[in-house]
Amino acid sequence: MPTPSLPPSVPLALGDYRRDAGRHDELLDDEGRVRSHWQGLFTSLGNPRGGAIARRAIDATRRLIAENGVTYNVYADPQGTDRPWTLDPLPLLLAAGEWPTIEAGLAQRARLLDALLADLYGPQRLIAEGIVPAEIPFGHPNFLWACHGLRPASGRWLTIYAADLARGPDGGWWILSDRTQAPSGAGYALENREIVEQVLPGPLGTLGVRRIGGAFGRLRDELLRTADDDDAPLAVVLTPGPYNETYFEHAYLARRLGLALAEGSDLTVRNDTLYLKTLRGLRRVHTLLRRLDDDYCDPLELRGDSALGIPGLLGAVRAGRVRITNELGSGVLESAAWLGFLPPIAERLLGERLILPSVATWWCGERPALEYVLAHLDELVIKPAYPNQRFEPIFGAMLSTAGRAELSARLRAFPHTYVAQEYVSLSQAPVWGQGAPHALAAKAVSIRIQTHASGDGFEVVPGGLARIAPSTAANIVSTQRGGGSKDLWVLRDAPAAPAFVPAAVAPRLPRAQDDIPSRLVENLYWFGRYGARAEDKTRLLRSAVGAQGYPRLWTTAVAQCRITGLLADGDDVAQALADDQNPFGLPSDVRRLVWCAGQIRERLSAGCWAAVAAMQRLLQGSHADDEEIASGLDELALSLTALAGFALDDMTQDSGWRLLRIGRSVERLQITAMRLALHLREASIMQPAQVEWTLGTFDSLRMYRQRYVTAPRLAPMLDLLVRDADHPRSIGFLHRRLEADLARIGAEVEQSVDDRLEAPPPCPPDEDLLALEQAGAAGSERRELLASSLDELAAAAARLSDRIAARHFAHIALDARAILS
Amino acid sequence: MNGVVRYRLQHVTRYAYAAEVMISQHLLHLVPRPAPYQRCLDHSIEVTPAGHRVDGTDAFGNPIVRLEIDVPHTSLTVTSRMEVDVHARPRLPASESLPWERVADGFRYRAVPPGRDLLDAGRFRYESPHVHIKREYAEFAADCFAPGRPLLAAAEALMHKIHAEFRYEPGTTTIGTSVAEVLQERRGVCQDFAHVMIACLRSRGLAARYVSGYVRGVSSSDEGDSAPVGAGASHAWVSVWVPPFGWVDLDPTNDKPAGLDHVAIAWGRDFADVSPLRGTILGGGHHTLEVEVTVERIAIADARPGADR
Repeated sequence: MPTPSLPPSVPLALGDYRRDAGRHDELLDDEGRVRSHWQGLFTSLGNPRGGAIARRAIDATRRLIAENGVTYNVYADPQGTDRPWTLDPLPLLLAAGEWPTIEAGLAQRARLLDALLADLYGPQRLIAEGIVPAEIPFGHPNFLWACHGLRPASGRWLTIYAADLARGPDGGWWILSDRTQAPSGAGYALENREIVEQVLPGPLGTLGVRRIGGAFGRLRDELLRTADDDDAPLAVVLTPGPYNETYFEHAYLARRLGLALAEGSDLTVRNDTLYLKTLRGLRRVHTLLRRLDDDYCDPLELRGDSALGIPGLLGAVRAGRVRITNELGSGVLESAAWLGFLPPIAERLLGERLILPSVATWWCGERPALEYVLAHLDELVIKPAYPNQRFEPIFGAMLSTAGRAELSARLRAFPHTYVAQEYVSLSQAPVWGQGAPHALAAKAVSIRIQTHASGDGFEVVPGGLARIAPSTAANIVSTQRGGGSKDLWVLRDAPAAPAFVPAAVAPRLPRAQDDIPSRLVENLYWFGRYGARAEDKTRLLRSAVGAQGYPRLWTTAVAQCRITGLLADGDDVAQALADDQNPFGLPSDVRRLVWCAGQIRERLSAGCWAAVAAMQRLLQGSHADDEEIASGLDELALSLTALAGFALDDMTQDSGWRLLRIGRSVERLQITAMRLALHLREASIMQPAQVEWTLGTFDSLRMYRQRYVTAPRLAPMLDLLVRDADHPRSIGFLHRRLEADLARIGAEVEQSVDDRLEAPPPCPPDEDLLALEQAGAAGSERRELLASSLDELAAAAARLSDRIAARHFAHIALDARAILS
Repeated sequence: MNGVVRYRLQHVTRYAYAAEVMISQHLLHLVPRPAPYQRCLDHSIEVTPAGHRVDGTDAFGNPIVRLEIDVPHTSLTVTSRMEVDVHARPRLPASESLPWERVADGFRYRAVPPGRDLLDAGRFRYESPHVHIKREYAEFAADCFAPGRPLLAAAEALMHKIHAEFRYEPGTTTIGTSVAEVLQERRGVCQDFAHVMIACLRSRGLAARYVSGYVRGVSSSDEGDSAPVGAGASHAWVSVWVPPFGWVDLDPTNDKPAGLDHVAIAWGRDFADVSPLRGTILGGGHHTLEVEVTVERIAIADARPGADR
């Protein structure tokens, strides 16, 4: 084929981009000219610096994805690259004129599938009338008999429906598959759009690209719409947890929709009502947006071996007390076997013809279909009819004679478990290549578009996820795994600034969904404690490194490192940074901190994750000498401070945030009191060098110098570290903040709890502080007195922590579940 | 032959927990289902500690009791008592049943209304939680399913084969043991044998369901053979859909059709659908389970033979 000639207005390099006669080309028409709806994009990108734009977009995309990736990586593994997608910032464009058919076709299909579910789980008329073979639903593992006869509270089986579409060689769109139980992809689509908005802000604004955010706002409204007369309906996203491969999307979607993210153990059913276990006690949940396969959702009535579900959930559904999106049992429609039967089903249920066709599919359970398939194996791809059959699609044309005979025998033995589909040559679209950044390569694409229940019908999101096949040659639907993604841009008729459309008036003010699961709150609390602990230990260890070579200071440093657990034995500070066997050592604390961070990842900003990743790198690195150790500790201290700063500043200041801060206060009170008591019992504490070193370990030397004209002395140091009400490291300050936070929590969780430290912090008058500096027995007696009251304070802080745990996280202890049968 | 036998049954299930259970939810299949050959005269379920109880019917038409206990407890006792009349079933001439291939082929989708019988039976032809469809099962049954053999004769042969080739060994299997393993090891209990037989039948395209119930410890049949196996606990057998007769119950554990010794409670696709007592608990730690079933034949004071259908 000759290199296409471009009109002069479109100078963006096509490079090696070529049409392929066997398939539709999204970019070029039959004459090899750039299609008109792409020209705007080409013009806006196509200037002499087009290559630079591409390079910048690709780099920025990679960076933004990496940042988001770190945010959601399990344990924030800095090497983690297990993101399922990569994003090519060059969008896939859909001409304005094409959208109405797709929109109407998908809305119709969603209505159809909803009605089909209502029949299958209700009167089963379609089977009785011979329109639907019993094999397809009844042989499907996600046809849940326990759900037969259920009537969804919302009147709908489907709230969210997604379809995969592809364009055939004739340019028409075909539906490849339907996603009906917990469609994934919306989170990625939103994330992709967010990224592309940042890297290609110009074209997105000027080309008249339809926005997708509004549809998700309306989805949120739909999820919170409830028949019950409840002022504050609560909707929750149910996730299998951080180990799930699409956890990123669950957390992202929950955040974008402003809904709480919960695991099965955060929820409980009592008396046919679903509740979220929160800091305030049990909160009724009206809608569950589940990202868990339906048979795992209720170990009582469905799969008994599921540890992820909520026992009794089906009972709550049966009682009409909870809406599930999508309702349990909707997974039965996820089978290619349905495709060939949808036209007569649409005729019967809706009295309509399907607007969008499905890819040609034969279900082998029908004898004529089986005979056709056996006779045309070469042209077909054989797939399982049910998702629990674990085999990859088989391409008839690629089989040997023996393989063909073997396959034919399998088809004849259990014909109803197989479907055959014709090969689909997907259309191809331009992708920014890996080599010369602005060179375009042709890759096969399909698109996933989501539909949401809205009013009486369905709203189709004008945009979505375009998925690209891994290689240029891949031309078959089922081989597109492992490819990348693109943002799908649906263009408007007239590229103009979208008119301002006032949002539909909500029946009630959307309420902030601040009901966070108590598991999450517990992890926030411990995140606070471990963060403060690791920070304090890092500073102490850093000071200890500096004390080497000063025998008296060194003795003190080792004693302090011992009491805090930094050193299990010996006095090797280099070891303290590397020893991850010591359960009280710094590496163990950082590990626990990172674990907690993983558990609360949905609450942490990207900045936190950069700090976490830096910390992990530091601990994994080796430190050759004291200088490297010192600088490593300095960096670690910086990361820990940054992490605390980001966490405290970027987070909504709700009860969870408050418990995080309570965790920090309790930890710091305890460790400061304990360490000061130890200092007071050392004879050398009267030495200015000793006082100076001690101030350094509490990160308070600078403050001391500002506040006191005198050289480091014991009494002013204690004034600063114990009494001072303004110094954030002082016991007095921490105590005051702790009391205030505890009072606020009591009010927030609507419990009349008057929680406080049992031992008030010591607050000696000036003359007592000065008396501590006396030499001889009198002084040491007074110092011992203060030391023991600090000991009591530390013990009281530990007891307070236990009480906080018992009061606010008590639900956790009940999570041990067992299945009886 | 006595046409009707009256039973008094008691089924006690006791769970003891090492730690307190804070909340528990249970599904009970303990109420006998009405059937042409049996009538329940009286039934009661006693639960200690008492919980919130809702009675209903499951998707397969079985009576089901849903129970939620929200007071802390360290033991749970469920006592089910019933009086049931069991009527003799007619002996069916196996040779008059349809050839098995014709029955299997009759289920095939033909884009016409299948009719009520096929609709009903069609629910029991596919994979279910415990029963998979595999060529191994079809092959295991191959010698029973000669071409053209009447289905009832084939199904009875399969029952004999399982009885002859498998050892009844309580304790060697659990509910977690797969049917494939049972076929491999050739041993198990009534539940395993029922699952194996169902898997073989379904793998040949036939409809078979799992029946949960009780069997009397001393035979009451007039054939005077040995006492049935499987008494003292819940029992299970298989129901095969055999046109023109309809559902025919065969007990592979005892190698005979279900009859006067059998009291049916519920049926479904396999054990998972009709487990007598299934539940989830919150807390509890380790638990121990005791099950006690007594089946007692009692006199029929006012016997009215033939009063029921």
